[in-house]
Amino acid sequence: MTGRAVDPTTEAVAAGEAGASQPAPDDYEVSLQPLSQMQLAWRRFRRHKLALVGSVLFGLMVLLAIFGPIIWPYDPLDIERVTKPGGNPPSPGEIFGTDSLGRSVFELVANGARLSVAIGVVTMLIATTTGIVVGALAGYFGGFVDSSLMRFVDLMLAIPFLFIVLVAARFFGSGDPLVLMLIFGVLSWPGLARLVRALFLSLREQEYVMAARAVGVGHLRIAFRHMLPNALGPIIVSATLLVANAIVLEAFVSFLNFGIRSSDISWGTALARSQGTLIQGNWWWPFFPGMAIAVTVIGINFMGDGIRDALDPRARA
Amino acid sequence: MEAGAATAPGPSAPPRGAPPENILLDVRDLRTYFHLADGLVKAVDGVSFSIARGETLGVVGESGCGKSVTAMTIMRLLETPPAEVVSGEIWLNDQELLGIPETEMRTVRGNDVAMIFQEPMSSLNPVFSIGDQISEAVRVHLKLSKHDAWDKAIDSLQQVGINSPERRVKQYPHEMSGGMRQRVMIAMALSCNPKLIIADEPTTALDVTIQAQILELLRTVQQKTGAALMLITHDLGVVAEMVQDVMVMYAGRVVEQGTVEEVLLQPKHPYTEGLLASIPSKGRRGQRLNVIKGTVANPFNLPKGCNFAPRCPFRFEPCPDHDPRVDDPGGPPAACWLWKPAPGYSVAPRVEQGARTASGGEAQIP
Repeated sequence: MTGRAVDPTTEAVAAGEAGASQPAPDDYEVSLQPLSQMQLAWRRFRRHKLALVGSVLFGLMVLLAIFGPIIWPYDPLDIERVTKPGGNPPSPGEIFGTDSLGRSVFELVANGARLSVAIGVVTMLIATTTGIVVGALAGYFGGFVDSSLMRFVDLMLAIPFLFIVLVAARFFGSGDPLVLMLIFGVLSWPGLARLVRALFLSLREQEYVMAARAVGVGHLRIAFRHMLPNALGPIIVSATLLVANAIVLEAFVSFLNFGIRSSDISWGTALARSQGTLIQGNWWWPFFPGMAIAVTVIGINFMGDGIRDALDPRARA
Repeated sequence: MEAGAATAPGPSAPPRGAPPENILLDVRDLRTYFHLADGLVKAVDGVSFSIARGETLGVVGESGCGKSVTAMTIMRLLETPPAEVVSGEIWLNDQELLGIPETEMRTVRGNDVAMIFQEPMSSLNPVFSIGDQISEAVRVHLKLSKHDAWDKAIDSLQQVGINSPERRVKQYPHEMSGGMRQRVMIAMALSCNPKLIIADEPTTALDVTIQAQILELLRTVQQKTGAALMLITHDLGVVAEMVQDVMVMYAGRVVEQGTVEEVLLQPKHPYTEGLLASIPSKGRRGQRLNVIKGTVANPFNLPKGCNFAPRCPFRFEPCPDHDPRVDDPGGPPAACWLWKPAPGYSVAPRVEQGARTASGGEAQIP
């Protein structure tokens, strides 16, 4: 109490400010100046330092994917003079070094971003959409719908993943990136479907779902308008992981030469080209595409975490 | 269907067809059973009642006696399975609700019959603003444009006494107190001008001062809109204040039905009397509280005769073996062998004595 009495001026100023910035509430309940849901989300996201770092990293990669090939076009005929048998090591002029023929690794990475990021994002979109639809229907309707859909999911998960990816890539792939996206997308939704189903099973018991039914809202609208937004947090995290996984998967499949045709440039094909050269000690050739993958994946994961926390309307602002 | 028909003694068939014009809701011999892993639960077992237009019916009873299941069955909100409506008819005006397809039922929900839930804290979707939730109901049923629906939402908030509705309508549930949220729920229920409002313990989760406000609000909106109200509660004080007719339920059955004066002042069924006696009062400070001895009957294994017999202080020979359910609305006031002749008896004990309450003496109103 004494502490308050000491400094009446500050208090008066504070009170004046409060009065000016916020109109007096006209009912009994304590009310704060309402912020829009997006403002709140942004505020929570900003506080998540790792998420900020992650979005900057991923943002840079997206920029690289969009503008990289324009600024640093990859020209296979633009050959530097090779001074060492495995290619030139990183130097101020060629910061990522060159391959054995003298072609710039930096240009390779800059151009590979476009395909790699695109594969990650498109795969995520296909898998998330399918997973949400299947999981939501199974979790919401339960019973026969649930068991038939989930048995199908079990079947999908029972097939060895890498095996089926490689077989599908070899059979349908023919090196077309679009087909590869489709294959990845179609094969990676079952995990997400299970997650969504589990979320829906618990959300279905919520009173507001009952309340929505009592108001006469239809099934599909309840599932996708009322329940889905409440399940978005875990779904977003899972979706970001899918982007990361698809980028890694592309690298892996391309490395084995089952992926996109080697004349197309992605981080995966960049890695594939470095096959067999490591032994010569030219670490920079696989290192920089590998780092590009790692940085993107880490960035995406951090970002997903932040988005999840930011979108939770019950979280403290 | 077989299970229900086999286990339930066939009551006299209720009259078929739509109820008279003045009756809004007519529920006839409703039986809702749950098929659970542990056995069959007869949550609602032969309940009949009706509500006239604009009237208020109070439904009282302990937790688990089937009050909420009755309400949910009327709204057809129960999941089947495990729930199954084994028999019965629910007439809303001239429409039989159990027989219509789900799509048609959807136009009844929220439009003709609205429901207010017990937990205002969890009955609103946390990701939608108040306005979105109210206007959704309006848009589904009244086919208004987004803009008109939003205005309608502001209107309904005004109706339920929320100040500065233009600002409130944009807020999210977590920004409101429990009392406010219950007002919002009532606003939602009212938004489509329903003919019947089912309020399932609307004040149980609220503190006492807010309870009074919400009840007052329910009463005024009901008077304003002329809607009928089915008020489910376990608070006899609320019943005394709010309703014209009362129905007392025990273990899935109606044990007593009548006007609020009859039931509260001259309780016929020993269970009703026990309920009334167990209300704590200031005058009995220092004494032990009255309770009804024993616990609610095990729902998996109900007694063969009267469900209340094991706990009943007035139990006599026919009670454990013979079911005293009320078959016809014009019959005895209570489902109790004290009031109607048991098999093998020519007269009912209380009728013989000319008693007016279950205990035979004066009602023990605290």
